Amino acid sequence: KMFTLKPGRLPPADVKNIIFFVRPKLELMDIITDNVLREDRGRSPQRDFHILFVPRRSLLCEQWLKEQGVLGSFIHRKQYSLDLIPFDKDLLSMESESAFKECYLESDQTSLYHATKGLMTLQALYGTIPQIFGKGDCAWHVANMMIRMKREFPGSQNSIFPVFDTLLLLDRNIDLLTPLATQLTYEGLIDEIYGIQNTYVKLPPEKFAPKKQGEGGKDLPTEPKKLQLNSAEELYAEIRDKNFNAVGSVLSKKAKIISAAFEERHHAKTVGEIKQFVSQLPHMQAARSSLANHTSIAELIKDITTSEDFFDNLTVEQEFMSGIDTDKVNNYIEDCIAQKHPLIKILHLICLQSMCNSGLKQKVLDHYKREIVQTYGYEHILTLNNLEKAGLLKPQTSGRNNYPTIRKTLRLWMDDVNEQNPNDIFYVYSGYVPLSVCLAQLLAHPGWRSIEEVLKMLPGPHFEERQQLPTGLQKKRQQGENRVTLVFFLGGVTYAEIAALRFLSQMEDGGTEYVIATTKLINGTTWIKSLMEKLEPAPF
Amino acid sequence: MSRARADEEEYWHSSKFRAFTFDDEDDELSQLKESKRAVNSLRDIVDDDDDDLERVSWSGEPVGSISWSIKETASGTTGSPEGRDSSLQKGSSSYTAFPKQVSSYSLSSLFKGEYHHIPYGQMTLTDTGVKNYAPELRRPKAEYKDYSSDWSPKDTVRRMQRGKVCSLERFRSLQDKLVLLDEAVAGHDGNVITAVLIFLKRTLRREILFRELEVRQVALCHLIHFLRETGEQKFLLDLLRFLDRTEEVALSQYREHLNIQDVEKRREFLKGCIGLPFSPEDTSHIQDHYTLLERQIIIEANDRHLEMAGQSEIFRKYPRKASILNMPLVTTLFYSCFYHYTEAEGTFSSPTNLKKTFKIPDKQYVLTALAARAKLRAWNDVDALLTTKNWLGYTKKKAPIGFHRVVEILQRNNAPVQVLQEYVRLVEDVETRLNLATKYKCHDVVIETYRDLKDRIQLTAYKCKVERGSAEEEKINCILNNTVRN
Repeated sequence: KMFTLKPGRLPPADVKNIIFFVRPKLELMDIITDNVLREDRGRSPQRDFHILFVPRRSLLCEQWLKEQGVLGSFIHRKQYSLDLIPFDKDLLSMESESAFKECYLESDQTSLYHATKGLMTLQALYGTIPQIFGKGDCAWHVANMMIRMKREFPGSQNSIFPVFDTLLLLDRNIDLLTPLATQLTYEGLIDEIYGIQNTYVKLPPEKFAPKKQGEGGKDLPTEPKKLQLNSAEELYAEIRDKNFNAVGSVLSKKAKIISAAFEERHHAKTVGEIKQFVSQLPHMQAARSSLANHTSIAELIKDITTSEDFFDNLTVEQEFMSGIDTDKVNNYIEDCIAQKHPLIKILHLICLQSMCNSGLKQKVLDHYKREIVQTYGYEHILTLNNLEKAGLLKPQTSGRNNYPTIRKTLRLWMDDVNEQNPNDIFYVYSGYVPLSVCLAQLLAHPGWRSIEEVLKMLPGPHFEERQQLPTGLQKKRQQGENRVTLVFFLGGVTYAEIAALRFLSQMEDGGTEYVIATTKLINGTTWIKSLMEKLEPAPF
Repeated sequence: MSRARADEEEYWHSSKFRAFTFDDEDDELSQLKESKRAVNSLRDIVDDDDDDLERVSWSGEPVGSISWSIKETASGTTGSPEGRDSSLQKGSSSYTAFPKQVSSYSLSSLFKGEYHHIPYGQMTLTDTGVKNYAPELRRPKAEYKDYSSDWSPKDTVRRMQRGKVCSLERFRSLQDKLVLLDEAVAGHDGNVITAVLIFLKRTLRREILFRELEVRQVALCHLIHFLRETGEQKFLLDLLRFLDRTEEVALSQYREHLNIQDVEKRREFLKGCIGLPFSPEDTSHIQDHYTLLERQIIIEANDRHLEMAGQSEIFRKYPRKASILNMPLVTTLFYSCFYHYTEAEGTFSSPTNLKKTFKIPDKQYVLTALAARAKLRAWNDVDALLTTKNWLGYTKKKAPIGFHRVVEILQRNNAPVQVLQEYVRLVEDVETRLNLATKYKCHDVVIETYRDLKDRIQLTAYKCKVERGSAEEEKINCILNNTVRN
């Protein structure tokens, strides 16, 4: 049986072995300690404990267990090297939410080590990747480790025909701006509003109440509705990466198709026709329930996107990103502080403004800081310091604002966006192109040499490495065959960025398909949260 | 589309892409088997299990041969990573600062570092604690084989990366230890780096450890992180002080206050923080934090007494929901505007005193006071708050936050229309004023605005929105008739 880890007594089960399957985190160790200590010693048969760390054993955790006096209770302490977890056909994630914090705040590069391990496993399965490009310090480290590991294990040179042509390693810190902007794709919005965890989303149940059943809704579901989201669902695959404004029309079109399909039963005259109709029923039922679900989700999201507050927030974001008034104290942000909006939202906007201005003027920064600590409490000095250290919030030092140059050179902003039938990737943020995706796009065509100047403005080195392949395995490109690029985001990636890359994959003349890997799927909120100082809950 | 589905199926069922579902209903046993199989197959790839394979060092000689180990140790004394790693790690920042003067330490100092179990004055305290943290470093008897074999630093690190138990005790000299540390750092595996650091922390004198870490930034960061996680505050502060990272020392110390529950103790602690070397703007925040808590303690004691006595009307009518202790400044201001509005500036709990002490900007003050007084429905106070007298004695209404915000706040507190419309009237922007007036049914304001705009059409249209036969309707009619005559 599999149980979720929670403190207290372990559920009674007549088993011999109990295996704890955990991430190496100290909080979890405390729970396990509690579990083990409460285990009834007198019971027979005695249950044996084992612990499996994912992805690595951690000395720190084991010592912690030892401190609590329970380390000896575990017969086996092993690790399960699960580095990259497949999330979808084209998406792998390590789901290590602290990766960014560890790399940039604490200079702990363990997650990079795991990322490299994951890449080695990937290469063992899909062949050595001949070309490696990268930008940023972490990317540089990973590339070095890959080459080093390859040399240390000469046996890993395999004879598998390479699936990937190129690996592109990107540091999150070359593009800190993108995760701060509100994602405007369907999937991105679901994540921004409700948070997608391990491809599951929990939604408020009201809209999902089964209709027609029972009178007066005697038992409305109170549990949140849990839905799995991935491309296995045909409808979801179609709409997930669309701009939310384009989702409505797709849904209504689908609704028409489905009801038309159901209508066909009236035309089915012969037994053969009826049989054919019945055979299609399961598929149609599935399509209908999927449509019902997504219509409900779209309604939920619509309620929020049409709210005044969402609109105001988005307006300010878009102003910043297009370079308007980034150098003074923003009224809307001040108002939000005065009305005590959630602190995370404030930090979101201020960081965004800072990124769009290559740092805030000292006076502006001090003003914001003062307002924040006065309204939300002085202890937030610590969080503000973390954000500064990670580079999300900073005083403008050079006196020069690089962002407009970068924006113009890379064409990151477009005023007129076709959200319904996009012909470029501007649609994912309704105007803004994620810098990260832009780099990937330019790498494929015409190459990074054309943007050397801009690359120099971004932090960290950019580089190109080659891994030699045995001559037999070198790919002979056929006409019209697409190149496959694996893009690895070190420090996290947003759903909107994924959407943009998928859009590029599908472009007819693109010539490149993208597979995405990352340390963690993030959005602005989860990301900033991971950087915030954990404050003790107030004692009342 | 059925083809796509088939592809999907194949994708999810092929063993390479075993999807993980964390649902309880799934057949866990088969999944576990699956993962075990995956683990086993992975081992073949990443974990080619030592021993029978001949190891070859980068220069091509088999690892373990005598000549190799001599070279290994020899290079260790002269900054080995530079020599051996340069081909790979060029430009990697962690190596640029490798110290050449390692061997200049006298033998005696090395020996001192070695005998860790001999208590050295100030070291004893922390060191006993450390032993508990490094149990893995002691060699379990069962792993005798590991102990006997003489692993090089590199192999040791590699073994540890694979999660094997390794004895580090045999790295005796400072040089050996540093080589070990550098190897660990080169592996980028935080787990191993931490393990080595714990070993060094236990076996090296503090000053030496600090000095060596100063030139090894990566290892340093790991140690700082480790100390933070395990709560060895004193050691951490010593380290940061040694490194002259004073601001970090200050912040790190300040962070401690979060762990203190008792307010009196917390106040004392914050007092101690004031002199710490924060950045200039943080210094003033910390000072304010202390002053605020000090105030809150006084106010809290006072008010709790008042509330218990039941003498004060305001506390009887609006019992306090929570204590004011540890609340943010603005919340405190709200509280004081709510319960202590009329107090003279001299008392600690009066709003004006708070405003002065903490230099609260006008905007913030008006906003907070307004919200508090509106909540009490003290409309006279609201009026007074927004009224300013100039030197000639004329009064004028002024709102630093803009009157539309005033209206919003009042409306949220269910202000009567008479009160509301007085402020709606003062909204500068005509468009906003009309919007607000219409929204909150301040008919007079709507009518007057249309009159001033000379907008007959809108005014006529508005007639249907007011009650028939009411004073407002009459007013509209009057205006419409008037303008006809003009």
